[in-house]
Parts: sequence; C-alpha cells; structure tokens
Amino acid sequence: MVSVGASAVAAALPGAVGAAPAGNDAPVLTKVAFTVNGEKRELELDTRTSLLDAAREHLHLTGSKKGCDHGQCGACTMIVDGRRINACLTLAVMHQGAQITTIEGLGQPENLHPMQAAFIKHDGYQCGYCTPGQICSGVAVLAEIKAGIPSHVTADLNAPMQVTDAEIRERMSGNICRCGAYSNIVEAMTEVADQNKARRPA
Amino acid sequence: MKSFTYERPSSPAEAAAAVSANPNAKFIAGGTNLLDLMKLQIETPTHLVDVNGLGLDRIEATPEGGLRVGALVRNTDLAADARVRKDYAVLSRALLAGASGQLRNKATTAGNLLQRTRCPYFYDTAQACNKRQPGSGCSALDGVSRQLAVIGASEACIATHPGDMAVAMRVLDATVETVDGRGTERKIPISDFHRLPGERPEVDTTLAPGELITAVTLPKPLGGAHIYRKVRDRASYAYALVSVAAVVQPDGSGRAAFGGVAHKPWRVEAAEGEMARGAKAVTAQVFAGAKPTHDNAYKLKLAERTLGAALTEARA
Repeated sequence: MVSVGASAVAAALPGAVGAAPAGNDAPVLTKVAFTVNGEKRELELDTRTSLLDAAREHLHLTGSKKGCDHGQCGACTMIVDGRRINACLTLAVMHQGAQITTIEGLGQPENLHPMQAAFIKHDGYQCGYCTPGQICSGVAVLAEIKAGIPSHVTADLNAPMQVTDAEIRERMSGNICRCGAYSNIVEAMTEVADQNKARRPA
Repeated sequence: MKSFTYERPSSPAEAAAAVSANPNAKFIAGGTNLLDLMKLQIETPTHLVDVNGLGLDRIEATPEGGLRVGALVRNTDLAADARVRKDYAVLSRALLAGASGQLRNKATTAGNLLQRTRCPYFYDTAQACNKRQPGSGCSALDGVSRQLAVIGASEACIATHPGDMAVAMRVLDATVETVDGRGTERKIPISDFHRLPGERPEVDTTLAPGELITAVTLPKPLGGAHIYRKVRDRASYAYALVSVAAVVQPDGSGRAAFGGVAHKPWRVEAAEGEMARGAKAVTAQVFAGAKPTHDNAYKLKLAERTLGAALTEARA
C-alpha cells in the first residue's frame, strides 16, 4: 500500500479535503494511477467508482464481470498486489500505485494461462459468466496453498498445506457458479497444481 | 451510492481528528462491509478517511509475552501468522471460518470488529429498523428471526454481531487500543467493546465518534486445546447460526464464548467453573435469562450441542 502525505494527497486530489461538494450527490473527481496488466494507467474518477467499474467502464477491460456487485459471487475477482480480492467491494481511488491483474492480464486466446487452458480442457464452465473470476481465484488459491496459508478445512494449522479436493472447494467458496460447473473446476485446478508440482524440484 | 470526498491522512491521530471534526465522515480500511452498505445507502458518509497507509499492519510481540496486532492486519495475514497458528489457534480458526478468501484478503482486524449486523431487516430499507433508522421500530421482533439474537436483546433490537473473529478475541481476553481526535490513547477490554442494544441499537460499540482503533493486543498464550466450531446453513461462506470459541485445558477446565446468539460475543465467565462437568452445565448458566423467539429457540439446544462437540474435539 502506498503511503502518501496529507499535502501530497491534497495536491493529487483537488477539492478532496475541505471544499466539499459531497452530500448533494455532485460527483467528486479524483486522480488515481495504478498498473493494470503491466501497463501504467492514470484515470480521473468519481470517488464512488469501484475498482471493477474503473476496469470495465473506464479501461474497457470487460473480462472481469459484475455479478452481484456486493462481494457475494466472486465474478469480479482480480489479483491486486498478488492477492485475489472482490473488485466490486473496493474503491479505485484506494489503489494508488497498485499492481492489478485482471483475466486479460493472465492470458490471451493465443497465449493462454495454464489455468485457462485447464478450464477449457475440463469444461470448467457452461455459460462462462463467472469464469474470469473463477480463473483469477483459482490461480490465487494455488498460490495461497503454496504460500502456506491455511483454510477452514486444513486439519493441522502447522503442517505443510496440500492441494486436495476439500481444500479447493473450501477456498473457492467465494466464487459462485449457477451452472454448477464446480466438479470440473476442481479437476482443472488439480491439473494445474500437478503441473506446477512437476515443474518444481522436489 | 451518495457522493463523498476522500482523504489519506498521514498518522492515526490525524485520521481520528479528521473523522472527529466531521459527523458525516467515516474511516475506511478494507471497506468490504462499508462499501456494501454505502451501495444500499444504509451508510451515507460524505467524507471517507482512508487509514490503509498508516503503518498499522504489523504483528509484534508484547513485553508481557502476548501479541499486538495492528488494526490494519488483514484477516488472511492474522490467520496465517505462525505465532497465531501456534499459540492462538482459536483465533486462526475463527478467522478462517468467516467470509471468503477474497474478503479475508481485504478485511482488516479493526474493520472486522466494526462490521455491522447482517439482520435482514437492517439490510432491507423498506422495513422498520431501529439500528438503521433510530425510532422507526423493529420489524424483526414479529418477523422472521431464526438467525437473530436469543439473549441480551431488547424491545428495540434483536440483531446479532455477525462476526467470528471477535468471538475468539473475547475468549482470549483481547484488548482494543484506540486513539481519539485529540491524540489521547486508551485501552478497551474486548468484553466492554461491543455493547448490548438497549434503547440505542444504532450504537454497536463503546467507541467515541472519531475514535480510531490502532491495534488489538492478545495476552500471553493460554495453552490448552483451541477449538472454534461454527454451525451455519451451508458448509462455507455463511454467517453463524451458533458458534463456539473454546480453550480447554487437559484437566477439563477452560473458557467458552458464543457467537451468533447476541448483539456481542457472548461469554459468561462465572459459568466456566462448570466446564469439566460438560456442556449442559455450562450453557444452562450462559443462557440463563435467554428470551428466544419462536423461530430461534433452537439456538439454545444448538449452543449446548456445539459446545459439547467442541469439548469432545478438545479431548480427542
């Protein structure tokens, strides 16, 4: 997280402190700069703009989906500073200097991320609407297990974490799929975990 | 969502001063609960003070042998901290039982303590709710109340504190550290932090307006078996109907706090002398004076059985 002094904020956010048009619903505009999929982007946004709306409406990165817009479905999942978050439940302006990866940054049709390829191979979707969030979450879940972050179903908090079906199901519970592709998503993630394991020296 | 101005202060005291000076200002940390409520216009701040850059994101050992957890430590990081996993496992377990992976990556220690109730009548702006709109009444009293409080409620409000983390902090006797707009620091025992609804259900905690949480301290480790059991409508990503945080010693003595049953984590220390005699002896005292509704009377039996399961797990 960037740390910005009050004077720097006042300079970067004209009208943000003191002069207050807020409350009458007139938009308050602020500037924010962050890196999205490796590219530096600078935007002037209404403070109310979620990170999800900034990506979809302002950067035209429409891969991340707006499902519930309340953090319940996970369709908006992005990886920010190495961690998956619900992009609908955070303000763009809170991410000054952040490194943001959306589904477009993971891979492209001609150069798929292994998780994208595994979702295709295992039919890890039907309508596809939740899929970008599922894939971003899936990539982050494997990283969390590798980093030794425990979950609700981890039997021993102090032992090395394993990639099991139960771990995947618990850790993916913030991503809802109304087509019910869950078992195929577990297969896709398991395959990628196995590939990662094969690539790493024992 | 109503429009708002936004600032990033440079110190905790400056942040507290900014919110103290403006009754329509709020702190924002993870924002996962506040922004949800702002979208529904249940919360309508006109100014947000972003506390994410204040350096309150560290976990440090205390001279007393405990841990000082910065207010901005994310739920994921607190649950995964090696010292917490080893010595305060009930806290790791409670955190991991809450929310989803995405939310735990954003949600903070202080924000988790300050999350608002998930009473469906609080969320439905077409219903009367004294917590959302003081004086409007409580639609939950004669409504669908299976999720709501069985003890410590009032004629004005039967909402519950929805969290898991605070239940574990209650059983661990944590202390909440704050700073106010004048720079004055104070320490609030977790037992005094959340309040009962009484006639002012709109006030969740004993914090003064503009008072900022800077840390939560945990006393030195208790040892024993650390158990957090949560009963809910689905296996993951749901609020507790009843939860139990328990620390049980090899001789059968111990402590227990309950979640999902009241406006605050519910613990009755006087009942803990009965721990070695089993769950029923404890819950008979913990829930003495309970006033459940027709819909949620099941929670009393469920609390007894959940504690029973926790005690069995502790002996295993």
